[in-house]
Amino acid sequence: MSGKGESSGRTDRSGAHWLSALESEAIEIIREGAATAARPVMLYSMGKDSSVLLHLARKAFWPARPPLPLLHIDTTWQFREMIAFRDRMAAEAGVELQVHVNREGLKAGADPFADGSERYADVMITEALRQALDAGKYDIIFVGGRRDEEKSRAKERVFSFRDAAHQWDPKAQRPELWSLYNTRVQQGESLRVSPLSNWTEADVWRYIAAEGIPVVPLYFAKKRPVVEREGQWIMVDDERMPLEPGEEPRLLPVRFRTLGCYPLTAAVESGADTLEAILAETLATHDSERRGRLVDHDGDASMERKKRQGYF
Amino acid sequence: MASGPAAVRPPLRFVLCGAVDDGKSTLLGRLLCDCRQVFADQMRKVEEDSRRWGTRGDQADLALLVDGLRDEREQGITIDVAYRSFETARRRFIVADAPGHEQYTRNMATGASNAELAVVVADARKGILPQTARHTRIAAMFGIRHVVLAVNKMDLVLWDRSIFQAIADEYRSLARDSGVENLRITPVSSLTGENLTRRRDSAGWYAGPTLLEHLETVDVESSIERESFRMSVQYVNRPDPDFRGYSGRVAAGRVAVGDRVHISPSGAETVVESIVVWQGARERAERGDSVTLTLANEVDVTRGDVIAEAFNPPGVTDQFQANLIWMSDRPLVVGRSYLLKIHSREVTATVTRIKYRLDVSRGSRLAGATLNLNDLGTVNIATNRPIPYAPFEQYPRLGSFIMIDPINNETAGAGTVNFALRRASNIRWQDFHVTREARQELKLQRARCLWLTGLPASGKSTIADLLEKRLHAEGHHTYLLDGDNVRHGLNRDLGFTEADRVENIRRVAEVARLMVDAGLIVIVSFISPFRSERAFARGLFASGDFNEIFVDASIEVCAARDPKGLYARAMRGQLRNFTGIDSPYEQPENPDLHLDTEKLGPEECVESILRLLV
Ligand SMILES: Nc1nc2c(ncn2[C@@H]2O[C@H](COP(=O)(O)OP(=O)(O)OP(=O)(O)O)[C@@H](O)[C@H]2O)c(=O)[nH]1
Ligand SMILES: [Mg+2]
Repeated sequence: MSGKGESSGRTDRSGAHWLSALESEAIEIIREGAATAARPVMLYSMGKDSSVLLHLARKAFWPARPPLPLLHIDTTWQFREMIAFRDRMAAEAGVELQVHVNREGLKAGADPFADGSERYADVMITEALRQALDAGKYDIIFVGGRRDEEKSRAKERVFSFRDAAHQWDPKAQRPELWSLYNTRVQQGESLRVSPLSNWTEADVWRYIAAEGIPVVPLYFAKKRPVVEREGQWIMVDDERMPLEPGEEPRLLPVRFRTLGCYPLTAAVESGADTLEAILAETLATHDSERRGRLVDHDGDASMERKKRQGYF
Repeated sequence: MASGPAAVRPPLRFVLCGAVDDGKSTLLGRLLCDCRQVFADQMRKVEEDSRRWGTRGDQADLALLVDGLRDEREQGITIDVAYRSFETARRRFIVADAPGHEQYTRNMATGASNAELAVVVADARKGILPQTARHTRIAAMFGIRHVVLAVNKMDLVLWDRSIFQAIADEYRSLARDSGVENLRITPVSSLTGENLTRRRDSAGWYAGPTLLEHLETVDVESSIERESFRMSVQYVNRPDPDFRGYSGRVAAGRVAVGDRVHISPSGAETVVESIVVWQGARERAERGDSVTLTLANEVDVTRGDVIAEAFNPPGVTDQFQANLIWMSDRPLVVGRSYLLKIHSREVTATVTRIKYRLDVSRGSRLAGATLNLNDLGTVNIATNRPIPYAPFEQYPRLGSFIMIDPINNETAGAGTVNFALRRASNIRWQDFHVTREARQELKLQRARCLWLTGLPASGKSTIADLLEKRLHAEGHHTYLLDGDNVRHGLNRDLGFTEADRVENIRRVAEVARLMVDAGLIVIVSFISPFRSERAFARGLFASGDFNEIFVDASIEVCAARDPKGLYARAMRGQLRNFTGIDSPYEQPENPDLHLDTEKLGPEECVESILRLLV
């Protein structure tokens, strides 16, 4: 830790110790992946977990720059503020930024409003990711996943094996003992590596506060134009959003717990406009952060199925 | 979620284990609920799932909170470990909920490897089962000294004290026998939550703490004061010629700027110049910290070297005794080459001897020629290069290793080092004055090993014979090692089982190495069907001294040639373990030379080999 202390209200020895233990573990994982990879890459989505991951990568290789490119899967439907943030952060870290868009998908007219969230995500996220990974021939792919996000993620290894078709087989995971990661893969196979596996949402916010890590302003509450869809607040981020007849966007104080494509990411009503307030809200909330992600509710065990197919 | 006052104890990592269906996942689900760690939308989902998959009729089946895979919900069992982080007002926890089913023991081992404490769950109606014992012994092998036995489902035996006592007595002796130091035994019901987070009012006979109270207060820290500094180098950081840093996670002890350090295995000594962290430097670091060290002198340090306190450096060995748990469907083969990963170092290793296999229920030692899936045993291991190490008991991070099968890259075994075997230090390699260089100079040639591999009747012997004639005619000193001939003498005692084939190749490779050292050009003509054995052979030679030559012909063509009538016999079933028929031949992936004998005649093949030699 940089010694700035915590601003979370948990300034006790064991709380700080805990964050620094999580940090050391994550750095160890990042270095191990980089040391053994032929072609490493870090997925970068501009979310809070990505921000923490990039920060950790910078720490892991200091004073060198992280020896890996960032890869952003651009769906063209992400919040506009996120794109500006992306370019600024990559430049500041001095790392190469690769942006991939599924052009065929776009040409075929993939649209989250017209297609339904599931088909759209298949084309513009899952398929796009596969294209980019195949093109880059990456063998070690760092991702910002946390085990507390969702219960099939809780089952996943830190170094999680994917076959040549990018599929995860949850019944045949490699045993993973101590911090002795098996990093060997054959041509076409890869490993998704999650340095934040043991972090919780609250840890991420505490760490962001302690380290002063920049995050996209959408995480902080502000009055934003939203409409109600199936009981969730959806922000009107640009003119592509079709409004129902007579539907008027309302200006409400809202923030996001998780960021993605604006049509698929619900806002929560909130007044939390500081890191302290966000952390307090995180600790008091009754719903998981995934509730705001529309893709996760499509059908039973949808997350696990998506991962089997090669989703993030 | 609960926030509450500051935590007082350092975080605790524990594993939930025990036999299948004894209630581990339910216990964790109940603990999470009662600690208010379950989100409303997650709980609604569990209630929905319970109606469909649950084992509790209309009630919510709390195991479904953690059994997160579709197959787990459908089969009603846990298949792989679930990791859950949670916190109470007093402590932070990381829990690994392990599967009880024997088939998934390796996943339990995964969960146990990082735990400081084990909660072993037993069903009050069934008591201590063989799987309860197995999990206890794996936990002990992994250095877990703190165990809680949760005698679960007490509601089903009406909180009968004598039942609890009988199970407790039986387990006490198992725990003592396995080396558990701190044991607690608690009667609980995961169904009702009694004695998990709140005391049962009417079980007056149990006066101890609830499970949660114990977990919140138990002290599992091992003292850092008694350790010497050790760090395995994970990554060499060289952004420019002026900076050379060695990155790693401190495995033990403390280090400060100015400390004298020793580099293993090279034995070099130097001083820590700085401890570099993000945008700055610090004065000291201790066990668990990820740091980058710079050293005062230009010493040669690579990934897998250990930097340690100069006054007490770690041991270096190429042979040691270890406890091993086998995790692959393919049984362990003595003498076969595996990759061994110990701290940041990867070497080739073979198990030279299985001392014994463990009877997991009784703890007694059984003789065994192999270890099968989920077996525990004690073995001797030899590595191709010396490794810095420490006994697991003393420094877990320098004494734990995994074994990877090079054929399919699966993690096949995991082990803990007991001690180095004396042989490594006693039998030193004797350096003599007449060297290999001197010997080959006298013969006016460059010594090397040409290794011909291929199916029976693919043409190896014909090509080898012709090749040797050519070399001899040109004045070279050669020797031909042929499979059939060696089996009449040196390897007369070996048959055709997998283990014997491995030993067959090992001996031939060692003989070839001695002959190359004698300055000869050695031609080896052996079927050598397994990739890992050929990789082993290659590993004995310096690069450039060994050429793998694949003599290739399809099985159909070989069977049609069949000069010795062996294929015909094998196909009639009169010859067992015949390569190509009922024993596999693994084709070389990257041979130095690939000879297609269906297209090339023997003379042309020899020409290609000769071109390789210039
Ligand atoms: N009556 C009663 N039933 C229980 C109790 N604890 C668990 N059960 C039931 O026992 C069954 C098995 O529980 P699980 O929690 O799935 O068992 P497990 O140990 O996790 O099983 P595996 O992970 O597959 O090894 C379920 O039907 C539970 O509802 C208890 O304290 N009392
Ligand atoms: Mg279970």
